[in-house]
Amino acid sequence: MKYRGKIIVVLKEGVFDPQGVTIRNALHTLGYGEVGEVKTGKFFEVMMEEENLELARKRIQEMCDQLLVNPVIERYSFEVGVEQ
Amino acid sequence: MKFGVVVFPGSNCDYDCYYVLANVMRVDTVWLWHQDHDLQGCDCVILPGGFSYGDYLRTGAIARFSPIMASIRRFAQEGGLVLGICNGFQILLESGLLPGALLPNRDGRFVCRYTYLKVENTDTPFTQLFSPGEIVRIPIAHHQGNFFMSSSELEELKRKKQIIFRYCGPHGEENVRFNPNGSVENIAGVTSPDFRVLGMMPHPERASEALLGSEDGKKLFLSLITWLKENQGGRNRKNR
Repeated sequence: MKYRGKIIVVLKEGVFDPQGVTIRNALHTLGYGEVGEVKTGKFFEVMMEEENLELARKRIQEMCDQLLVNPVIERYSFEVGVEQ
Repeated sequence: MKFGVVVFPGSNCDYDCYYVLANVMRVDTVWLWHQDHDLQGCDCVILPGGFSYGDYLRTGAIARFSPIMASIRRFAQEGGLVLGICNGFQILLESGLLPGALLPNRDGRFVCRYTYLKVENTDTPFTQLFSPGEIVRIPIAHHQGNFFMSSSELEELKRKKQIIFRYCGPHGEENVRFNPNGSVENIAGVTSPDFRVLGMMPHPERASEALLGSEDGKKLFLSLITWLKENQGGRNRKNR
């Protein structure tokens, strides 16, 4: 079965995000004064062939823990769906 | 005594390190290719600056899985000397050979200029020829050198005297004005608990000849060479 994993990685709470601050300031300049905070992050899409959904989830979690995420500064969430 | 400089795809300060060791310090120096496993009997391995694997994903994140890194990890566990400069420091952090992580610079800019550093611990193979508290002038060039770790880890780091260099002013002033990247507590370089692995953002190889504006970095390489001489090339590592 083909699966598609969508992974979002963001900085942990309390880790300074200079990109986010710069983007927030630009939004304020453009008149979007209602914006309080902007957080930046990374998005990965992983296409994979696996036996079942459970295994696909397990493999993605391993990929995050091993390579895609630095646990010192980042946290992640993901979803996996069947690829048509 | 033999030094090895690792070449990753994207290393661009590798030749500078090689040149300083081979031509300025005049010690036996070899290249270590990232896809090899053999450290060729080196007593000290240097991970140079650059943009390994294009800095993709996170700086140093992909280089960490190069075949040579498995050998370097074992070498470090046996007490071998490993120096990571700039991107080399980032790789050591991603490898877990040193604690902490590097974030983008506080001001979001690439910073390339001379900095003053205070030598915090001179009881290491990398710094034994410096005086305690000595102020040295060594340049930086990076976009992601903002050292970060949790406050509890930081206390542990201080307790074990693993902070080796701090950014400061010309007279040792430690304040935000002299912190080029936002690093926690102005940290510019840290070691492993056994002081055998050093990672630092400043480039000592770019400050090893008077012609370049500073010779302060040369003392670090001289410290290493002196230490290796005193310890029989470091080859009796396991017996220490």
